[in-house]
Amino acid sequence: MAVTTQVPDLVTPTWDYAPAPEARTLATIEASYDLFIGGDFVAPIDGRRFTTVDPSTGEPLAEVAEAGAADVDKAVRAARRAFIRWSKLPGAERGKYLFRIARLLQERSRELAVLESIDNGKPIRETRDVDLPLVAAHFFHHAGWADKLAWAGYGPDPQPLGVAGQIIPWNFPLLMLAWKIAPALACGNTVVLKPAETTPLTALAFADICRQAELPAGVVNIVTGAGETGRALVEHPGVDKVAFTGSTEVGRSIQRALAGTGKRLTLELGGKAANVIFDDAPVDQAIEGIVNGIFFNQGHVCCAGSRLLVQESVHDAVVARLKRRLRTLRLGDPLDKNTDIGAINSAEQLDRITALVDAGQAEGAVMWQPECRLPERGWWHAPTVFTGVAQSHRIAREEIFGPVVSVLTFRTPSEAVAKANNTPYGLSAGVWTEKGSRILWMAQRLRAGVVWANTFNRFDPASPFGGYKESGFGREGGRHGLAAYLRTGADA
Amino acid sequence: MAGRLDVRKTYKLYIGGAFPRSESGRSYAVADSRGRFLANASHASRKDARDAVVAARKAFDGWSGATAYNRGQVLYRVAELMEGRRDQFVEEVLAAEGGGRAKATAAVDAAIDRWVWYAGWTDKVAQVAGSANPVAGPYFNFSTPEPTGVVAALAPQSSSLLGLVSVVAPIVCVGNTVVVVTSADRPLPAVTLSEVLATSDVPGGVVNVLTGHAAELGPWLADHLDVNAIDLTGAAGDTDLAVDLEVRAAENTKRVLRSPAAEPDWTATPDGPRRILAICETKTVWHPMGV
Repeated sequence: MAVTTQVPDLVTPTWDYAPAPEARTLATIEASYDLFIGGDFVAPIDGRRFTTVDPSTGEPLAEVAEAGAADVDKAVRAARRAFIRWSKLPGAERGKYLFRIARLLQERSRELAVLESIDNGKPIRETRDVDLPLVAAHFFHHAGWADKLAWAGYGPDPQPLGVAGQIIPWNFPLLMLAWKIAPALACGNTVVLKPAETTPLTALAFADICRQAELPAGVVNIVTGAGETGRALVEHPGVDKVAFTGSTEVGRSIQRALAGTGKRLTLELGGKAANVIFDDAPVDQAIEGIVNGIFFNQGHVCCAGSRLLVQESVHDAVVARLKRRLRTLRLGDPLDKNTDIGAINSAEQLDRITALVDAGQAEGAVMWQPECRLPERGWWHAPTVFTGVAQSHRIAREEIFGPVVSVLTFRTPSEAVAKANNTPYGLSAGVWTEKGSRILWMAQRLRAGVVWANTFNRFDPASPFGGYKESGFGREGGRHGLAAYLRTGADA
Repeated sequence: MAGRLDVRKTYKLYIGGAFPRSESGRSYAVADSRGRFLANASHASRKDARDAVVAARKAFDGWSGATAYNRGQVLYRVAELMEGRRDQFVEEVLAAEGGGRAKATAAVDAAIDRWVWYAGWTDKVAQVAGSANPVAGPYFNFSTPEPTGVVAALAPQSSSLLGLVSVVAPIVCVGNTVVVVTSADRPLPAVTLSEVLATSDVPGGVVNVLTGHAAELGPWLADHLDVNAIDLTGAAGDTDLAVDLEVRAAENTKRVLRSPAAEPDWTATPDGPRRILAICETKTVWHPMGV
């Protein structure tokens, strides 16, 4: 809303939304944060700190401790000590701690949603309606597993692994924390978790929730920092299991680093999902699915439907409708309840997106963006559609991790499968058609860990999530996800 | 407390989320473990049983249609509210069962934890007991457990609260609704549990509690054609009754959970999802695969 310098025109309808900002004051942000080790907030040994900023303005939010190798060592030792009693606790009692955490998360969900939007830049509508409900649900679901592991299909008395070192990304900070911590704790492990350097605040708020739940000290330890902190955690000899969500490049280096150590590893890495639209697809639903698939969370989603494969006969109609829909998306203040697209999480990420968008144009694809004024401060990227994309283009091969969709075409179902699978990734895929048998035929052939049919970007704690090929290995969620945190089979 | 007379509670039935007296107007005296008068309980009749079945049937669509996650939260809420009334339950179980405060406390704690245990099963039983079936053809074929419908249950006669919870919770956790007949001689803790259920987001009619006699109400429920399954746990030790009810249940091929020879030790951890699956149907879906 512009500041009016003249008499406002109250007659001509603008059909615009009035601002509906959520109150920033719902979240308390400290000036400075310490590490959460052994149940206490402790200063980093060498005193180093870094700044986390609000990506929608670029303004600093707080100073956060940067954990060095000695801090990581302290955290792993705390987790080791806590493991002795935690792993021996009856499952029902472990479960009750997790139920407490789930309830505290539900109770504090509004505060946490605001905090997440401020630190990450994602719209409050998403943190409020997607992230936080899923976070609480994930703890609730896994709470119930803690005393039922004997029925999970991993033998009559499955045992925990020990200390899990967990590294999570910035795109769903608290949700990724939940995906990591809830199953680890339910199975009797203790954890040292490193949140992403650009989004540490909700993990530190979670540390407070652990204290409110009176979770035994050392069961959850949070070490903030960047790549070096992560490396120290991965390579620490006291860590029995590493769980990483992030880029394929870093995932590869972790897999190499763990070779020969005997440490268990699960990786949830990048993706370049195909979202396949057949000519009989329910078009209005499909358009919403496409939008949800790639513009949800600014496209900062590893399973985003970044390659839109449209059957040739409906290409023009689908693209036209997609463009019409994109003109209605609202980009801006993440805390405004009407905002659809928030800020890009960091300057570095914006640079990566911009570089790939430039490459797309240079390689001959046709770029389209809706008319969209970007705020002057902070990091933003307009929703972007590329048509005329060839499989060889970088924007069809590389993960952009931004609000950019590349449209390709196909003629036959077999061609759709071939193109969809023509990627080193294999995290997710989407299929849109009214024909059930075709959905299942496609699902059987798509080399991806999750296939969404006539929907996209659905998540549930009971539903296993994870990738094929270079999207990583291991699953998170449900009965299948427990395997990542239990000693099973040969290594029992 | 000298000088103040306590206000005593009227113990009523719990049907369709309301607390009616028995339509028959009957009641019976309930004594504590030493034979001293405690209160009059409503003496449920055939009509009450039939009303309860109607209420349970009415609640079935909503309850079985709720997400497993939602049912889990509701059952967990029952545990939360029971915890808040823990002392009251201990007093009532102690009065009903005798045997010392430590034992009564252990029974109440186990009853609370049992709700938590089954709250956790709601969204896991399908993953543990369901399957994708590799049929030899171009079909996607999967099987999932589903609730059977309205279940009539005879609660254990001895364990007034823990036993009743151990019978009721597995029935409702998967989406069935239940008409439960309490222990005849020890019905009062179950009525107090009804008050917890009424205030803990369990929709009215999902659990219906009848105080009275299994031998009187059992045949009406076993005969009832809108009851899909009957849990005879509370007939333990009464072989004649158990056999009679099983014979009656055959009329509409009710699923029957047979009674054990003697009432089991309810404090033991349940044997996985066995009780849940005993009152589940298995649904298998075929769908072709092909372009």
